[in-house]
Amino acid sequence: MSVDKSTVSRIAQLARIKVSEEDLEVLADELSKIVGWVEQLDEVNTEGVPPMSSTVENIILRQRDDVVTDGDCKSDILENASQTDRGYFVVPKVIE
Amino acid sequence: MTELTDLTVAEAQDGLAKGEFSSKELTEAHILSMEKFRGLNAFITETPERALEDAEASDKRRANNETGPLEGLPIAIKDLFCTKGIQSTASSKMLKGFIPTYESTVTSNMKADGIVMLGKTNLDEFAMGSSNETSYFGPVVNPWKRLSDERPLVPGGSSGGSAAAVGARLCLAATGTDTGGSIRQPAAFCGVVGMKPTYGRCSRWGVVAFASSLDQAGPITRTVRDAAIILQSMAGLDLKDTTSSDVPIPNFQSLIGQDIKGLKIGVPREYKIDGTDPEILDLWEQGIRWLKDAGAEAVEISLPRTKYALPAYYIIAPAEASSNLARYDGLRYGLRAEGKSLAEVYENTRAAGFGSEVRRRILMGTYVLSAGYYDAYYLKAQKVRKLISEEFATAFEQVDAILTPSVPSAAFAHEEKDDDLLGMYLNDVMTVPASLAGLPGISVPAGLSSDGLPLGLQIITKAFDEETLFRVADVLEQSASFEARPDLRV
Repeated sequence: MSVDKSTVSRIAQLARIKVSEEDLEVLADELSKIVGWVEQLDEVNTEGVPPMSSTVENIILRQRDDVVTDGDCKSDILENASQTDRGYFVVPKVIE
Repeated sequence: MTELTDLTVAEAQDGLAKGEFSSKELTEAHILSMEKFRGLNAFITETPERALEDAEASDKRRANNETGPLEGLPIAIKDLFCTKGIQSTASSKMLKGFIPTYESTVTSNMKADGIVMLGKTNLDEFAMGSSNETSYFGPVVNPWKRLSDERPLVPGGSSGGSAAAVGARLCLAATGTDTGGSIRQPAAFCGVVGMKPTYGRCSRWGVVAFASSLDQAGPITRTVRDAAIILQSMAGLDLKDTTSSDVPIPNFQSLIGQDIKGLKIGVPREYKIDGTDPEILDLWEQGIRWLKDAGAEAVEISLPRTKYALPAYYIIAPAEASSNLARYDGLRYGLRAEGKSLAEVYENTRAAGFGSEVRRRILMGTYVLSAGYYDAYYLKAQKVRKLISEEFATAFEQVDAILTPSVPSAAFAHEEKDDDLLGMYLNDVMTVPASLAGLPGISVPAGLSSDGLPLGLQIITKAFDEETLFRVADVLEQSASFEARPDLRV
């Protein structure tokens, strides 16, 4: 299936990446190529095959005790933010 | 005496223990090399002052008989590992200037064991690439050149800086990470050993995430024994990574020097992939003969869905990447671009911060996960992954290890594959299947092409059977006795 410009525009919006008009064209072409190539998977009969999401899927994942193990490190968390104010991250106004 | 930068990890440990040289002397020798060959662009951040401090502290510990397993060894760390107080960039503009307030578990383990960190090595942006050309900090130059021309070659990727640094003797060893071949492919291109452990052996905590069901850290070294020594320190259960394994860890180095008599080595006919360099196929045949001469039995096996591993990977890895990289919002860390609304801040930040390959993979991943396409692409790829994994399991009922080439070609020149998106992806065709199945794999330098470039062979074993992996790799290394080295000029 080929990926058209409007599809690229829609997924770019979903991915929250601004893409210029001329790049939409290039990306539509590149993604079409990649999608066309991965579609060879249709040749494989996967009827009744369970999807595999992890190589450790047969292992029961550990659960830790429900206790506080970390925290009290506000300055560490804010350390790399480009804009902070009184211990908060700063974002553009969201509520009118 | 041999130059200090020519020593293997094992030889350096020996020399330090006997007091033939200090960690400070060993570190100074490597810092000089690092400076001399800065043109390779193997490092994004060099930390020579810190290294010398660490080396002096190490020498003091040794004087007090408090030595760790990697005491005083100068080692380079791929810039995908977060290192406390030292810039950690993932080779992205997005993380330029990011200074973590914490240390990854793997580098923490290595520090506790006494390493001296020389610096952070270059890589493809967010580990997405096979040539190190997608780095925001510029491409790495392979220390090797063809006999026929002087063009600079790529070191492979994504751990290209680490492989080049080890090959050029700028460090004794380096860490890498491998999602679809990012340790094994650059190791093959740079004539060094690259080992990807079983998924879960090394903690992913503090490693910048690419595709979490595939990402795995491992060593890049000049010998198989060195890989065993370094992995011993990197590996281990970590409660901060839920997929970190509690399977007991053997003494990897004890597997070196054992014989392989009676082992069954699988040779999968599907790895004779169209377009593979004939010299590599010959080397593979030679590899089979070497292992047979050492007493192993070669068994032809079939892994019929091998050719579908790469397209499945290029759905699964971008899907996971699109989810993992959603964290770069411009607000909490990393680059921030301005915008009138919150959505605009996100969109402008991500447009400015991600390079073209990363953007392409995020969009591909978003596409295959989006409504209407999820079943056709993502779910389909996960089912194919299951089949590939089962094929390996069936093969390992019959054989103890599998021998294949590492990469279908030798290193290529910069920009040689710029217009060939899918051609670039094909670099990983022989490493991706084991990645999808979570199996350990190692690339061992086994010969030179007629044009003077190193070529590697790959060994794959069952999950958590690094024992057999190291045994066979050691025998392969002894048989190949690869002693060629790059002709480095300043």
